[in-house]
Amino acid sequence: MTRITVTVDGAKYSDDVEPRTLLVHYLRETLGKVGTVVGCDTSNCGACTVHLDGRSVKSCNVLAVQVDGHEVTTIEGLATEAGLHPMQESFHEHHALQCGYCTPGMIMQAIDVLNTHPDPTEEQIRLGLEGNLCRCTGYHNIVKAVAAAAKAPGAAAVSSSKVGD
Amino acid sequence: MIPSSFEYVAPTSVEDALAALAEAGDEGKVLAGGQSLLPVLRMRLNAPEKVIDLGRVEGLRGIREDGDTIVIGAMTTHDEVANSELVKEHAALLAKATAEVADPQIRHRGTLGGAIVHADPAGDLGAPVLALDAEMVIAGPGGERTVAAKDFFTDLFETAVGDGELLTAIRIPKHTGWGAHYEKFVRVAHQWSIVGVAATVKADGGTISEAKIGLTNMGSTPLRAASVEAALAGKSASDVADACSSAADGTNPPSDLNGDADYRRHLATVLTSRAVAAAAAG
Repeated sequence: MTRITVTVDGAKYSDDVEPRTLLVHYLRETLGKVGTVVGCDTSNCGACTVHLDGRSVKSCNVLAVQVDGHEVTTIEGLATEAGLHPMQESFHEHHALQCGYCTPGMIMQAIDVLNTHPDPTEEQIRLGLEGNLCRCTGYHNIVKAVAAAAKAPGAAAVSSSKVGD
Repeated sequence: MIPSSFEYVAPTSVEDALAALAEAGDEGKVLAGGQSLLPVLRMRLNAPEKVIDLGRVEGLRGIREDGDTIVIGAMTTHDEVANSELVKEHAALLAKATAEVADPQIRHRGTLGGAIVHADPAGDLGAPVLALDAEMVIAGPGGERTVAAKDFFTDLFETAVGDGELLTAIRIPKHTGWGAHYEKFVRVAHQWSIVGVAATVKADGGTISEAKIGLTNMGSTPLRAASVEAALAGKSASDVADACSSAADGTNPPSDLNGDADYRRHLATVLTSRAVAAAAAG
């Protein structure tokens, strides 16, 4: 077992983990943060996307021991007492989900897209979401939601690093 | 699935990493960004007893200028390479090819050194590194040595990095002012190249004076399209198709579910023509 200390959604955790534990399993099984889901288990689908030190990663493709001393933000860390995160709000408004399984990863990656391209073109949105699969093929409304979030009041605050401050 | 059990070490210096590697012997596996290794471990295609994580080694990450060369630390991420002003200015081909690797999440974790040593023939970074005449800096128990890219890729998933050695940096001669383009052919988003062509071109007043072309997935290692490079010298940048028709000469592409070898040979000529035209245009 290896001791790790990680900040997840603004709270600090110290745990003993087996080195082979994937970050997504640490989040779900040790911390109970089941909002982050396992989709494909092959690093293709992006459903398990979280932010590591403010940048999106696939949490099935990172070992928990690799994030020792680092900061992770999951879908569960986005909403505040004031309400949903603007990206969550926009997905809701634009009905950017069908079955909803890809949604946690889509939202986390969509925020990363806006951090990279604050005023994205449709192509930048689509390329930015290249690593996230929606098997309902509901992509059009997802792209609309991201474009609308970029124009929403407070869009500049669409940054996971602000979460939990 | 989850990987089988392994012991994990996270050295903080190249010396300590080499010592850990020596101690582990055949049972050790080096972890760079992990974007190819972790899927392999999860599918249990490999089950090392010890994983040596380079993620905490000082000095393996970052991009700097050294005279006529750009030096990229092996643990520099794809995202850092693709967005580096130094790389974009002096080795535009590598910046453009790196921007085509996998997807954003993978590019945030995956590293240039990891991808190069993994040496997947369908990986996108061998061809540009080869085309740019890069040099690989390898550290081992006996000190440091440098291997030219043309001697680095030895076979399928095999490189000149020997047992007990680590790739520490990639040195790229500056190609300032050269046009560049990476033409990647895939059928599905964020997948491995079926064929890819990395082209960088020095053009003056619409005439190509020098061209360097690397091919992805046209054999067990990245390849140079030497006959095309020779044919392009002195050609008008607006008429490159004939010169590119020999792009598949000397290649030995695989046949698989994505296409047979003849299909890949045809693709190589078409994609080379497109890549060179785009590179010559800027």
